[in-house]
Parts: sequence; C-alpha cells; structure tokens
Amino acid sequence: MSQAWATSPSHALLGVAERASRRSRSTGRRRMILISGLAMLAVAIVLILCAPLLVSKSPTAIDVLHPLAPPLTPGHLLGTDQYGRDTLARILYGGRIDLAIAFGATSVTLVFGTLVGLIAGYFGGWVDSLLMRIVDLFFAFPFLVLIIAIIAMLGPSIFNMFVAIWITSWVSYARIMRAQTVVAKKQQYVLAARTLGYSRTRVMLRHILPNTASAVIIFSMVDAVGNITLAAALGFLGLGAQPPTPEWGTMISDGQAYILSSSWWLATMPGLAIVFVGIAFSLIGDGLADVLRPGER
Amino acid sequence: MSRFGTLPRRLLHLVVIGFGITLVTFFLLRLIPGDPALAILGSSYTHQRAAAIDLALGLNKPIWTQYVLFMGRLFRGNLGYSFFYNQPATSVIAAHLGPTLFLVIYSAVLAAAISLPLGFISGLRRGGIVDQSSRVFFMVSFAMPTFWLGIIMLIVFSVHLSIFPLSGFGAGFAGHLYYLFLPALTIAVGFSTVLVRSLRASTIAALQAEYVDTARMKGISMAQVLRRHVFRNAVLAVIAVFGVNLAYLISGTVLVENVFSLPGLGSLLVNSVFNRDYPVVQGVTLLFALLIVGINLLSDVTQAALDPRVGQEIGE
Repeated sequence: MSQAWATSPSHALLGVAERASRRSRSTGRRRMILISGLAMLAVAIVLILCAPLLVSKSPTAIDVLHPLAPPLTPGHLLGTDQYGRDTLARILYGGRIDLAIAFGATSVTLVFGTLVGLIAGYFGGWVDSLLMRIVDLFFAFPFLVLIIAIIAMLGPSIFNMFVAIWITSWVSYARIMRAQTVVAKKQQYVLAARTLGYSRTRVMLRHILPNTASAVIIFSMVDAVGNITLAAALGFLGLGAQPPTPEWGTMISDGQAYILSSSWWLATMPGLAIVFVGIAFSLIGDGLADVLRPGER
Repeated sequence: MSRFGTLPRRLLHLVVIGFGITLVTFFLLRLIPGDPALAILGSSYTHQRAAAIDLALGLNKPIWTQYVLFMGRLFRGNLGYSFFYNQPATSVIAAHLGPTLFLVIYSAVLAAAISLPLGFISGLRRGGIVDQSSRVFFMVSFAMPTFWLGIIMLIVFSVHLSIFPLSGFGAGFAGHLYYLFLPALTIAVGFSTVLVRSLRASTIAALQAEYVDTARMKGISMAQVLRRHVFRNAVLAVIAVFGVNLAYLISGTVLVENVFSLPGLGSLLVNSVFNRDYPVVQGVTLLFALLIVGINLLSDVTQAALDPRVGQEIGE
C-alpha cells in the first residue's frame, strides 16, 4: 500500500508534522512508540536470522506424506504447503529476502537521494533545475510500472529487483532533502559557517546535513515499509525471487492457487509476516518523528 | 488577469515532462543486455526478421537519429510490433484498456465514498470514536500489501461467503460493477489511507480559518457553515491529493488485476515481461505515464476553476 507515500513524500511529512503538533503525551509514552517498534523489528530480525536454530526443517524439504496440513498440526505449527514444506520454516527463511530489501534498497536510496537533494538545494541555479526536472520525470511514472518495465528489460531476478529500486526510488529523498536544504541555507548557522570560510562540502555535510537529516530518516522508515511490500509484490508477480526460493510474496502467490481447497493459511500467513514487519517500521518512524523533532509546533 | 494565473507555466512544465517520458521509455529498450533484436524475437529469431527490426528501430543509426525515428513513429500512433501477439503493440494495448480504465474509475469512486465521510467526521471530531478507529484501521492497512488484501477478500467473500465471483470481468455495465467490486474495493481501501488523512488535516485547517468565524458571527448556523465553507474547502485540498496519488492508484491496479485475473493493462504488462514482448512493455509504461500527466493537468485545471486562489500570487 505504501507506494502512495513514495509518490508524495510531502504528504508523509505533513502527517508527521501534524502528528507532532497533536502531541500532548508524556515523553515516556512517546518513547514507548519507538521502543515498541524497535522491539517488534528486533523480534522479527532475531527470528529470521536464527531460523536454522528455531526450526529443524529445511524450507525446501518436501514431505509427501503431509501435504496441505492445516496449522497446529504436530510438527508443523503453521501447517504445510502442497509439497508438504513447512510454512513456518518457509516464512522464517523467506523473510531474509524481504528484510534484505528493506535495509539494502532503502539505505542506498536514502544516501544517494539525500546527497542529490543536498547538492540541488545548496547550489541552486541550473544544477538545481536539472536535478529536480529529473526527479519530476521519475514521479511522472507510476512507481510500480517503471520498476516492472526496468525488470522486464534486465530480466527477472532478486538482484535486478534491487537495481530497479536503486534506479527509481532515490527521488523521494532528493525532493525532501532539497526542500530542507533550501530553508536551511538561509539560516544563521549556515551563514556563520560560510563566513568562517569553510568549504562547501564541509558546510553541506557538517552543518546542513546534521540539522536537516531527521526528515529523510523519518521518511526512510515509511520507505522501508514500501520496499518490503514492493519486494513481496514483485515476488507475487513472479518478477522477484524465483521458486523454490522461499519469499513472502512468492509464498502468497503459490498459496492463492489453494484458497479454493480451503487451505487459507498458505496465502494468509506470509501476509501477516509482512504486516507485522510493516507495523514495526511504521512505529519506528512515528517514534523517531517524536524523538528527533520534539519541538515541532 | 486570467483566473488561471500560473497555469500556462504548469502547462509548459507538463510538455517538458511529456518529452522526458518519451526519452525514458526510449532508453528502456537500451537496458536490455546484448542484442535487442535477439531479445525481441526470442525463439522466432531469423536473420531476416532481425534485419527488419534493426531497420525498423534504426539500430544501425546514431542514437539521436533513433530517438527522432522513435518519436516520428510515436506521433503516428505506432508503438512497434508485438511478435508475441503478431499485431501492432497499439492494438494489443487498446484491447486491454477497457478493464483498467473501468477499474481505476470504479476504485476512485469507492475510495471517495469511503474517505469523504470518514475524513470529514475525523476532522470534525478529533479524537472521537470515528477518528480513533479509522486511524488504527488505516495504520494496519498501510502495512498490508495490496495484492494480499485482495486474496484475503477472495478467501472471505468469494470462497467462504460465496457473495462475489473469484475472477473475471463480467458482461455489461452491471456485470462489470458486480465482478469488479472486490478488486475496486481492494484498491480503494489502500487509497483511502492517504485520502482520509489529508481530508482530516484539511478539515481541521478549514475549521480554524477566519472565514468560519466570520460566517458564524454573521449568524449563519454551524450546519450551514460546515456544508458551505468547511466541507468545500476541505474537498478542494483532496482534489490536489487525488491528482498527486493517481500513480498509486495505477500501481494498485497492476497488482489487483493480477490477483483477480482481469484482462487489463496490468495483467498485459506482467505477461509481456514473461513473453519478452518489449514493445508492449514500452507502450504500457508510456501510456500510464502520459495518463498520469494528463490527469494531473486535469486536476490543476479543476482546482483553478473551483478555487480562484489557486495558482495566483495574491489571494482575493
């Protein structure tokens, strides 16, 4: 659902600012949002990284005697799929790809987009115009369609999924960061730094960036949710992870074929995993908004 | 002065973006590793056909000449030839346009029906039961992948309750409405997340505006003020959000068409990836982007027509 946010970062920011203004909560309760989000994410990461210790079965091990076993079957907590593969094991192992996208794709686009926005906002003039027209251009395409088109040309694979996200998804950060930089540029501390004769790079990276980074960092949490649902969506369409590699989106896609035979858990369970991780990131974003910009309005 | 203020500049901007879109679509084909002619033809590769493609795309000419050729063909409505369907890409795309347009409009209407009352009431009664429950609901639905929500709807409404069909497009207008209800609802729920938030925010802003106080002081009833002043201004803000988030609506359509096996552009796009039907992928991408630019223009014009302040330096 989160592509909407990628297409309108200003809107995400609007929500953040609005939420901040509404706060009359105690500091302790505000911290709780961040802590509960971090705790949920930590649980997810530990479960996914420690999968080999937690489940004895391999995610690709076929058990012909127990196909389509419902949840709570002894030995198969979340049931099995059409080949008797353990759903729990597949969810835990499959989460590796989705979390890798959440961190790997988001961090690269965060850094690159932030730098582009910083440069565009600080230098202004034709540099700004050129960079922002490129950004506008990317926003003209439906995000998912452009990513599918790029994967179509490169060929479907997990790596190309990363490449497609890297190519397209830095633009939101660039737009947010540029807006922040344009404002910061006129502030006293930047003028002071420039008067002291510091180099442009130093002013940008040591003065403007630390003071404005909170906006992109908060947005990156929203973006991480977007990237997880995107990875799952591409897996679902067959354009991301390829079978028999377990991945949440491909599992949902496989499971859809069995909803008629009332094997509802196959498509449902991986989706719940996505929702869990998604809520974790959303809470962290909300909590960070409170902690990083407490004085806002 | 025309009431459209900065609209001409916006128009020029859109023309520039339109050209940029063609440029990006053109360069998409260059992303193919290796020989495009081989990739396009796949198993139907023959030297004659490859030579024909090289000639048609102008692959043996300099890259700028190729772009000029591409634009020339585009203005004549030629998006290339689909070797998979053995027809021009334009006719393939035209054949799949109907379900997608129907779905996009249907889900936009449903999203408006869901979010207008919810957002307005949430803004009027902040912290009230509607506000609280819709916030929790949309926080959860924000983390839900659209395609998964579609499958859950299928499990609940089609498999268990047997109220709606599992897939298909239906026949006739009423048939389409019935068959596309679940797909449209799936997209609308996701889209409402954004709309409710912004409608709530703009309702709150409108309530605090001075014209509300003025109207009240003139002795106009609160109900009248809400209807004539607050609601109108709040809806204006939502029209802007609608235009900006159309891209989201289209992304949702692509996914949902694949969940419900609808014969629209989204299914065509994904199938064409597997068929390595590059001209169709290129054409669908171009069409969607131009559609978004067009609707954004429409949204700009609508806003300017409804609200004289839009696009002008100074208010009334």
